[in-house]
Amino acid sequence: MSKYIPNTDEQKRDMLSEIGVADINDLFCDIPEEIRVKGPLNLPKSLSDIELTKHMQMLSDKNSDTDHYTCFIGAGAYDHYIPAIIDHLISRQEFYTAYTPYQPEISQGTLQAIFEYQSMICLLTGMDVSNASLYDGASAVAEAVLLACRATGRTHVLAAKTLHPESREVLRTYTKFSGITVDEYGFLNGIADLSDLEARLSPDTAAVVIQNPNFFGIIEDLKEIAELAHKNKSLLIASCDPISLALLKPPGELGADIVVGEGQSLGNPLSFGGPYLGFFAASKQLMRKIPGRVVGETVDLSGKRGFVLTLQTREQHIRREKATSNICTNHSLNALAATIYLTAMGKNGLREVAELCAQKAHYAYSRLIETNKFSQVFSAPFFKEFAVKYRGDVHELTARLLEQKILAGYILEHDYTDMDNVLLVAVTEKRTKHEIDTLVERAVCV
Amino acid sequence: MKTETQTIFEKSRPGKKAYSLPECDVPKTPLSELIPGNFLRDTPPELPEVSEVDAVRHFTELSKWNYGVDSGFYPLGSCTMKYNPKINEEIVRMKGFTQIHPYQSGESVQGCLEVLYKTGEMLAEITGMDKFSLQPAAGAHGELCGLMIMKAWHESRNDTVRKKIIIPDSAHGTNPASAAVAGFDVVEVKSDENGWIDLNSLRETMSSEIAGLMLTNPNTLGLFDGNILEIADIVHEKGGLLYYDGANMNAIMGITRPGDMGFDIVHLNLHKTFSTPHGGGGPGSGPVGVVEKLVPFLPKPVIEYSGKSYYLDYERPLSIGRVKSFYGNFAVVLKAYAYILSMGPEGLRQASETAVLNANYILKKLKNDYLLPYDRVCMHEVVFSAMKQKEYGVTATDIAKRLLDFGYHPPTVYFPLIVKEALMIEPTETESKETLDQFISAMKQIAKEAENDPECLKSAPHNTVVSRLDEARAARKPVLNEMSGTNN
Repeated sequence: MSKYIPNTDEQKRDMLSEIGVADINDLFCDIPEEIRVKGPLNLPKSLSDIELTKHMQMLSDKNSDTDHYTCFIGAGAYDHYIPAIIDHLISRQEFYTAYTPYQPEISQGTLQAIFEYQSMICLLTGMDVSNASLYDGASAVAEAVLLACRATGRTHVLAAKTLHPESREVLRTYTKFSGITVDEYGFLNGIADLSDLEARLSPDTAAVVIQNPNFFGIIEDLKEIAELAHKNKSLLIASCDPISLALLKPPGELGADIVVGEGQSLGNPLSFGGPYLGFFAASKQLMRKIPGRVVGETVDLSGKRGFVLTLQTREQHIRREKATSNICTNHSLNALAATIYLTAMGKNGLREVAELCAQKAHYAYSRLIETNKFSQVFSAPFFKEFAVKYRGDVHELTARLLEQKILAGYILEHDYTDMDNVLLVAVTEKRTKHEIDTLVERAVCV
Repeated sequence: MKTETQTIFEKSRPGKKAYSLPECDVPKTPLSELIPGNFLRDTPPELPEVSEVDAVRHFTELSKWNYGVDSGFYPLGSCTMKYNPKINEEIVRMKGFTQIHPYQSGESVQGCLEVLYKTGEMLAEITGMDKFSLQPAAGAHGELCGLMIMKAWHESRNDTVRKKIIIPDSAHGTNPASAAVAGFDVVEVKSDENGWIDLNSLRETMSSEIAGLMLTNPNTLGLFDGNILEIADIVHEKGGLLYYDGANMNAIMGITRPGDMGFDIVHLNLHKTFSTPHGGGGPGSGPVGVVEKLVPFLPKPVIEYSGKSYYLDYERPLSIGRVKSFYGNFAVVLKAYAYILSMGPEGLRQASETAVLNANYILKKLKNDYLLPYDRVCMHEVVFSAMKQKEYGVTATDIAKRLLDFGYHPPTVYFPLIVKEALMIEPTETESKETLDQFISAMKQIAKEAENDPECLKSAPHNTVVSRLDEARAARKPVLNEMSGTNN
C-alpha cells in the first residue's frame, strides 16, 4: 500500500458499507466490462524511497551538468547566477502546493507576488500593463501575434529571421490553422534588413516581430523598426532578454506595442529547457485584449487593500470559445522566482549583472578573434552573446571541448544552413576570466 | 495576522542590497564603447532596493497569506489537488537535472532523454495510446496541440471540410477556447437526464463536416459515461476522431483506458493525476498521446531510442511542428516519472479506487443536506447544488466563503455550467477518512447555518487576512501595477 494513500483497509471497508455497496468494484459499475483493464498495467513495480532516490541519482549522473562543465551555450537559455534565497522561498508549500488564486481571501500571497511581478515587468519593458506570465518566450511570441491580429483585424505577420528559430517554429504552429500568414524578413550584417522589411509590409500586416538582442546576440535598432511598422499601422512586437533591459532603452520608449520574452534568466535554473516563463507586456490600449491571467488591486469590505484576478471576462472559463486565448494557467511559480530574483538583484544588482555579462562577453570575443582560429561574422554591437567562425570543423571543436568539460556554444548551422562552422557563444556573469582563458586555450590547441 | 499590506516597492530604501556579485575580473572597457549610447537607457529600472533579510521576510510573509495542499483539505473539483510527494522535490533538485542546458549534445544528456522517453512509454501504457509528446506545458496547451493533430490528420487525407468540433455542454471552458485557437467552430451537444451525452442528439449532429468529439470521461459531473463505446462508434463511423480531455484521469488509472474506450488523442495533466504541485497556477505539464495512425503528426522533436542511446528525432515531415521551446516542462515531467515509479501499477490503481471511494463517501454523507442533481454512483468527484440553500438567500459562493472560516479550501463553484449553484467536490485519494469526516461535519453545520443564520454565510469569511474583495471595482478601474497605483 502506498504511503500516499492514508485510509486503512478497515476504514475502506467501513466506508463501503456506509455507502451501501459490498465491493469497491461496485463503484465502477458504469464502466462497461469489455473496457476494464484485466490484471495490472505493464509498468515497473513500485520503488521504495531508497530505491527511487538511487535510480534517479543514476539517471542524474548520466548528464553533464554545468557545475562540472563550463557553460558557454546560450541561444535562449542562460547559465546566470541564482541567489540562494529563491529556491528557499519558492519551496514554501504555501506557494508551490497552492492552486491558481481563485479564492483571493486565502491567496493574497500569490496575488500580491504576481502584482509585484507585473510591476517589475512594466519597469523593465517600459510598458503599461503586464500579465501574470505565460508558458515560455516562444509561446509568448505566438500569443503576441494572435493579439496583434485580433487588435488590427489583419492576418499577415512579419517575423525577423533573427528571431529565435524555436520562437519562429512555435509561431508557425500556432498560426497554421487560424488563417494567419507568417512571412520572414532577412538580415544584413546580423541585424534586421530594413529595406527587406519595408518591401514585405502590406496593408494586411498586423505586426512586425523583432528580437532584441537578436538570436545572434546583436542589438537591433528598435526605433527604426517601430517607425516602419507604425507607418504601416502595424504593431511592433519585441521579444527581449530581460537581463539586457537593465542596460538597454526600454522597448516601450522606442515604440514597441507588445513586449515579450523568455524569463528563464530571471532566477530559473536551466532544467533541460523547462519550466521557464514567458513574460508579456503591452500598451494600455491593448489591456482588455491581452491573454492570460492578470492581477489587479482592489479593497475588501472594510476598505483594506487586497489583490484579485481581474479582467476575467477575457478568459476561457467565462468566454469559452470567444476568449482572447485558450490559456488557463500562467507559470506562477517561475514568475515568483523571477520576482524574488528581481527583488534580490534590485535596481543596482541587475545592472551589475548586465554589465558583467557585456564586459566578459566582449573580452571572450576579443580573445577568440586574437587567436586567428576564429574570425568575425558580424561587426554590429552585441550584448552577452556573439557569433564567431571557426577555421576548422566546428562539430569537431565542440566535441573536443566537451571532452575537456567545456560546453562551447551553439552551432548556428543547425538553423542557418549557410553559416557553416559558426559558433554562437554566450558569456554570463558566472564565467570567470580563467574559464574564458581556458576556453580560448583549449579551442586553439588541436 | 496581517494588518497592513506593503508591497516590496514600498519597503524599498535607496542603498540597501540583497545581492552579492564578483568584481569584474576581465579588463574593463567603458560601456559606451561596447554598446552605442543611443541604445542605452538613461536611468536604471526602479526595481526595489532591499536587504536580503527584508526580501526573505517579505516573501515569507506573503506565503503565510496563502493556502496550500499541506495547509489542509483542498477538495477543488476538477483540479485533483492531491498531496505532492516531498521526495520528488528533492529529486528534481539533483544537479544532473537542474544544471543541464537544453542545447547540450545528446551524449551529455542521456539521463534527461531517458526520463522523457520512459515517461512517454509509461503514460502510453496507462492510457492505451501508442506514443506521447511531452512538449505541451499545461492542460489547455495539450488540448491545443491535440486538436491541431486532429486537424492535420484530416488535412493530410485531403478532407478539408471538417471545420467543426463537437463539445458537450458540461465541458471545461478550455475545450471550446482551445478549439477556437485551433481554428474549429464549436458545436455543443446536450447531456441527458443521467448526465451522459444524449446519443440521439450526437447522432443528429455528427456529420462529414465534423472533425471529432472532445470528451472528458468521467465527465465534469463526476459521472462515467457508460455509452462511451456507442459514442466512439457514432463518431468514427462518420470519419471523426475522439479527443480525450484527461482532466479526470485520476478516476480510472489501472481500471480502464481511453485507448480501450476508442479515443484517438489524449492529453493528461501531470499536475493533477501525477501529483506534481500546482505552483499557485503553474508550471504544469500537459502531455499528448495518440494512436498509431496519428504518431507522425506529433510535435517535433520526438524522443526516440536507437537500442543504444536516446535521441531527438526532428525528421518528421508530417509533424504539426513545435508548440513550445525545447522539450516541454522537463522538471515537471521528472516529478511525474518519479511518482509513477514510486506508485507502481498496483499503487496507481489503488489511488483511483480510493479517490472514487472518498468521493462516494462524501456523496452519501451529504446528499440529505445538499441537493444532488444526479443521484447515482459517482467517480472521483461529486457535484452538489446549493439550490436548497438558495431558498434562504444563500449562494454557492457564500458556502465556499464560509468554508474558509473552517480552514478548508472550498470546492469548485458554479462549474459545470449545467448545474445551478454547483459545488464540485473532489477529495482525491490522499485524504483520510478522518479528514473527510471533519469536512462533512463542517458542511453539515454550514447547511444548518444557511437555514438559521444566513447572514453569517453572506458576510463570510470572517477569519481570513482580507474579507470579500471588490472584484467589480478591480475590473472597472484596473490598477495592475505599482506605478498605476500611484499615478491614478
